Formats: sequence, C-alpha cells, structure tokens
Amino acid sequence: MRRSTTGEQLATAMRWLTAIAVVGVLIYGPFQILRSGKYGPENWIAFVIFGLSQGSLYALIALGYTLVYGILRMINFAHGEVFMSGAYIGFFAADALNRAGRLDSTGGALLGLAVITLVAVAGSTTIAVLLERIAYRPLRRAPRLVPLITAIGASLFLQYTFSGLFGSGLRTYPTIDLLKGSFRVGSVPILKVHVLVFVAAVGLMTALYLFVQRTRAGRAMRAVSEDKDTAALMGINVDGVIVQTFMLGGALAGVAGVLHALIYGQVVFNMGFQPGLKAFTAAVLGGIGNVPGAMLGGLFLGVVESLGPALFLEGLGIPAPHQLKDAIAFSLLVLVLVFRPTGILGERVAEKRA
Amino acid sequence: MKVRLSAAALLLPLFLAVACAPEEAPPSDTAAQPTEAAAVGAESTAPAVPVAPVAGPLGVVDIAPGDPIKIAYMLVVAGDNQTLGQDAKRGIELAIADAPELLGHTVELTGEDSGCNAEGGQAAATKLAADKTIVAVIGSSCSSESVPGAPIISDAGLTMLSPSATAPILTNPDSRAAGFFRTAHNDKVQGKVGADFVFTGLGLKKVATINDGSPYSAGLVEAFEESYKALGGEVVAHEAVSDKDTDMRAVLTTIAQSGPEFLYYPVFSAGGGYITTQKGEIAGLETVPGMGADGMFSPDFIEAAGDAVDGMYLSSPDFSVFGSAYKDKFLPAHMAAYNESPISAFHAHAYDATNIIYAAIQKVAVQDPDGTLHIDRQLFRDAIAATSGFQGLTGNLTCDANGDCADPVLAVYKINLSDVEAGKGLTEMEKVWPTE
Repeated sequence: MRRSTTGEQLATAMRWLTAIAVVGVLIYGPFQILRSGKYGPENWIAFVIFGLSQGSLYALIALGYTLVYGILRMINFAHGEVFMSGAYIGFFAADALNRAGRLDSTGGALLGLAVITLVAVAGSTTIAVLLERIAYRPLRRAPRLVPLITAIGASLFLQYTFSGLFGSGLRTYPTIDLLKGSFRVGSVPILKVHVLVFVAAVGLMTALYLFVQRTRAGRAMRAVSEDKDTAALMGINVDGVIVQTFMLGGALAGVAGVLHALIYGQVVFNMGFQPGLKAFTAAVLGGIGNVPGAMLGGLFLGVVESLGPALFLEGLGIPAPHQLKDAIAFSLLVLVLVFRPTGILGERVAEKRA
Repeated sequence: MKVRLSAAALLLPLFLAVACAPEEAPPSDTAAQPTEAAAVGAESTAPAVPVAPVAGPLGVVDIAPGDPIKIAYMLVVAGDNQTLGQDAKRGIELAIADAPELLGHTVELTGEDSGCNAEGGQAAATKLAADKTIVAVIGSSCSSESVPGAPIISDAGLTMLSPSATAPILTNPDSRAAGFFRTAHNDKVQGKVGADFVFTGLGLKKVATINDGSPYSAGLVEAFEESYKALGGEVVAHEAVSDKDTDMRAVLTTIAQSGPEFLYYPVFSAGGGYITTQKGEIAGLETVPGMGADGMFSPDFIEAAGDAVDGMYLSSPDFSVFGSAYKDKFLPAHMAAYNESPISAFHAHAYDATNIIYAAIQKVAVQDPDGTLHIDRQLFRDAIAATSGFQGLTGNLTCDANGDCADPVLAVYKINLSDVEAGKGLTEMEKVWPTE
C-alpha cells in the first residue's frame, strides 16, 4: 500500500466533513418538520406516491440511456427527444380516437390506450432506429466526443423538426374518463392514473430485465457490451444488436411519453429536455450501464424530488422549498458521485471498464 | 501544421475586415456626421450619403427615399407562450395596415422572437440593437425578456415600448433602462385589483400564492400580497415552483396543509395548466377557487387546463372600457384579417404603442427636399417620454417619468366551461370585477 500524500489526506478529510454536515442537515430538517406535525402520515404517503409515479417515468427513460451506454459507451443526448416524439405521436392517435368518440366507454378506453401506446411506440422506435442509423453508426469508430456532439445536434434537430411540422404551441391529451378519479386505500387517495403508470413501468422494467438476463438476444447484448470485437468474432451481429438496443430504448421512451401525457396532459416540442436530463441523472445515480441501477435511480430520484422539499428543506425554515427540488436532485447526484463514483449499483460496470 | 492553422486563424479576421469594410462604411452610421450638415438642401447626387441636420448623443437614423421606416417587434412568437406575442404582433400589424405610409415612406415591421425568457430576451435584444436601421422596438412580451433586454436596446440608442411586460421592477427608477416605456399596466395595479377582488368581491380572507420565479410572476405575487395584507387578509402560504415543472402535486399538498380559501398563481400557460388540473386531485384543495393573471390570459392556458378551467378567474386589462374605436373598428378589422377574435390580452396595447411611435416620428423627423428622413434617436426618445393625453384604444395615455404610459383599468374575468365550449373568445368572457 502506497503512502497517501497530504493532498489526498486533505481530500479525504474534506469528504468526511461534507458527509457529516450533510447527515446533520438530513437529520435536523426531518426532525423539525416531523415534530411540527404539519403533515400527517397520509401526506407523506402521498408524497411518496407522487414521487414513485414521476420516478417510474424517469426510470423508463433512464433505461434508454443506460442500455445505449452499456453497449456503445456513449450518452445518447437525443433520447429525451425520442421520449417527446412518443408523447407527440401518441397525441395524434389520442386526438383522433377522441374525436371519433372511441375513448368514452370502458372497453373503448382500454382499446384506445393500447392503440395510442402502440402508435407512440412505433413512432419513437422508428425515430430511435433512424437516429442510430443516420447520426451514430457512421461515427462508430470516431473519438467519443464526436457522437456526443452529434447527439446534441440530433436533439435540436428533432425538437425543431417537431416544432416546424406541428407548431411550437402546446397540445393537450384528451381526458380519459376511465383514468379519472382515485382509489382509496385507508385514508389515502391514490390516483388511478398513478396506479396505471406504476404498474406499467414496473411490468416493463421486469420484462426488460428478464429479456436482458434470460434470452439469447439479451445474452448477445451483454456480450457486445463486454467487448464488441470479441463478440463479432463469436458470430454475433454487432450492428444488429446495437439496432435492437436502440429499439428497446426507443420503445420504453415511447411508453414513457404516453404515460407522461396521461399524468400531465400537455405535450410540446421541447418537453423532452427536462425529463431527459433528469433521466440521465437517474441513470448515473443508479450506475450508468446497469439496468437495475437505472430503474432504482429513476424511482429514487422521483421520490427524493417529491419528498425532499417538504422533508429536508421545510424543517430548516427555507421559504418556498418546492422550487428547489431540482437543486435537491442534482445535489444528490453530486453527493452520490463523491462517495460512490460508479453510482449506487455501479460496481460491475467499473470492473468491466477498468 | 499547428503553426499554419493558427496563422490562418489570425489572417481570417483580417480578410473579413478588409472584405466587409467598404460595404459597411457608407450607409447609415458614419453618414450621420454633423460636419455634413452644411450640405442640407444641396442636390444630393450620391444618394448613399444622406445628411443629418443635427446629431444627438444617441445618433440619427437616416431613411433614404424609397427606403422603409423600420419598426421592430421583440415578442414571444414561438413556443408555449406564443399566443401572448402573436396577439401583440397582430395589434402592430393592424396599426400598420391602418397607416401603411408615414411621411412618404412605407412602414416595415421586422423583429425577433424573444422566447419569454431571459436568454431569449438577451439574444433578441442584441440582434435588434445591432440593426442601425431600426427606429423603435415594440416589446417585450414578458418581463423576463426585458430585464436583460431593455438595457441592451436602450444602450444602443433605441427606444422600446412594451405592450405587455408588466413587472414593477421594469419602471422602478433605480433599475429602469432609459429607453424603456410601456403601454401595458404596471403590475402594482394588477396586484391590487386581484387583491380587492378576492378580499372584497369574494370575501375570502386566507389565500395561498404560487409564483414561478420569473420577474413577472414574482413581482405580481408580491404586489398582490402587499395589497391583500393591507386590506386585512392573511397569506397562509407563499410557494414557488420552477417554470419547467410539470408535477405540482407535491407543492399543492404542502399548500393544502395551511387551509387556504383561495389560490393565487399568476404564472404562464403551461404551469398554470398543470396547477389548475392537478389542484382538483389534492385533498383540501378540490373546491378551492383559483386565479391567474394576464400571463395566462390565452387560449393555450384554456387548452392546457382542459375541463378544470371551469370557474377559474383571470385578471386582465378591462376590455369593456376600451374606446368605441376598439369595438367598432379594431375588432372587425382583426376578425377580417385573422378570422378569429383576439387570442390574448395585449393586442390593443400593441396597437397603441405603434401609434405612439408614429406620432413621435411625425413630431421629430426632419425631411430633406428629396424625401430623405432623419430621425434623431434622442429627440425620438424624448418625444415618446413626452406623450401626453394620447387617445388610444386602451384609454388616455400619458407617460410618467418612469416610462409607465398606460391608462390602467384592470378587470377580473371568470372562465366558464360553457362559454369556452360555445366558442367565445377570451375578450368575451364573463367580467366579474369590478362590479358596476
């Protein structure tokens, strides 16, 4: 073991001091607010539920970032726009069905939701695949910064294409009566749409995990992620696997787009930026390149954003804490990276790349 | 290789400078030299060298015969607040259509989208400030654009008139840019009208407020709270969100714990839509009425809020006190030109701003016998500032020392779903305050 320098010792000491300060704040804030009794248990549960539904969306988008990163070691910054395209294309299906009066009955609404989702997924998957084919594949062997810049360019291109084609104003999904209202569990109301989002997201994430771990295609994907060249020598069609990865990510983003629109209603050409950034944060938080990590990171980020302002900041006497939820999210990212540079579940990736 | 590259990089600007110099020199800027004044009246054989009789500290705009008088807009004409800027832009276009020629020159409208945010305002202002042929700027739409934008426009010698940037800070003598004027009301007035309505009109004594951190929203909430507390009301929660937030349920849950009887959230269309739709889902806020302000007075908000818009209150300029010219001339012309009634609250203010600019140009422009027009920027700015008793659509406009030119009469409108479904325009909504 080599001797650590004074600089390193100082850095370690600073890190631990930060940790103690953070832990102090993280205990004092909740202590104060819990003692004040401002929120009852049903409020805290409500915060967690809001967070889980938002977190499910982050997780679904984050999976797209993490899958592509796992295979290509690149950040697909246009992924937020794939999410936007899903929501936007789904809007046209939803609007058409609504005008035809097909969303009013229960059966019609269920069928309608399936159709909207399929249309959105078809659209977002197509865009994800085109993105790979046109913007990224020619740069496969280029230095890593090149596809990153291309991704940013592709992101702007997609945004302004949608803005140019469909206008830059906002559109609103029709309200579906089936999803209105809430269930009551004890004294806690849970919105139907939140249940739908959570169930759909968990289902899809489980399916994806099983796909990656249990199927032949999933094994090929993991092999390409380990080592592209060796995988090619073993007879794996690397380009095919990469396309599959983009398709999976695009499909998940498309579903996330529809679910986002069902919760929040509005779609607009630049709606993908913020969730894209948050989902990227979630992916890094969980350990980028790691599928369960992205799921965990997404849910965790969503819950912290929803719960954090009331739990951590309000007790400290900070006025209007909810506007700081992004600050909480990104501080969290910084903290996690200081203490676990590979993210919460990131060890395996670190070994692989080392 | 490296050496050669950097040499090329050094040479490039030189080439550009040489290439551009002869083109840039003659037209407007350098021509405005006082030494040329002696040439007034002389037969100008070289039309590229017009002549200014006087050159004030801010310079002169020279408009050669056949060239248009350029007025620029700096409004949000794209994105999720586009109706706010489009509405004002239509007001300008209708004013120009009424008088397409001024002193023998056509009037041309150019402009930049300013995005309803600080970055957009800065970018648009920088571009407009670089165009020396522009006489005046109409804008901005949002206060957030003018906070960085107005000093840029003003320092470039231009004068701007905003039809809808209402934040008190913009005409605060300590922070105001010298070239900033507005035909829109100051939000001190709008905040007070809102507070009067809630406290006196509805008789509600406990409100919660939400702002989105923009200068407009934060300033208006501050004005509202000040008036409301002065009346004796209690502000039980003062919360803020960020303008990109979509999930308002957490902040609404926090607010619900304070038991407000009324929710005041003067934000923009998207955020207003999220709050309006989500507040019905929060225990304790289901039936609490809500109110926004002129920033949400747009079909985008109504679209965003969906059915939840029913019963929503919005404060806005009072259209019923606009002069008869508004109903008899402006609205029919608007319908004829755009095939719909106005889409937001500030078309008439933009129309008035355009006409005030016309009047100021007429007052200060000096015309050569050949038709060349000279407009001294300082005199022009002074003429705008001296606007007094101007009979516009929005009332009797007089600019005060801080650049507030409006004749502010505000009203509160109630949005009924039945009216929306009947296809009524925003200006035809039910006026609930002040009661006659």
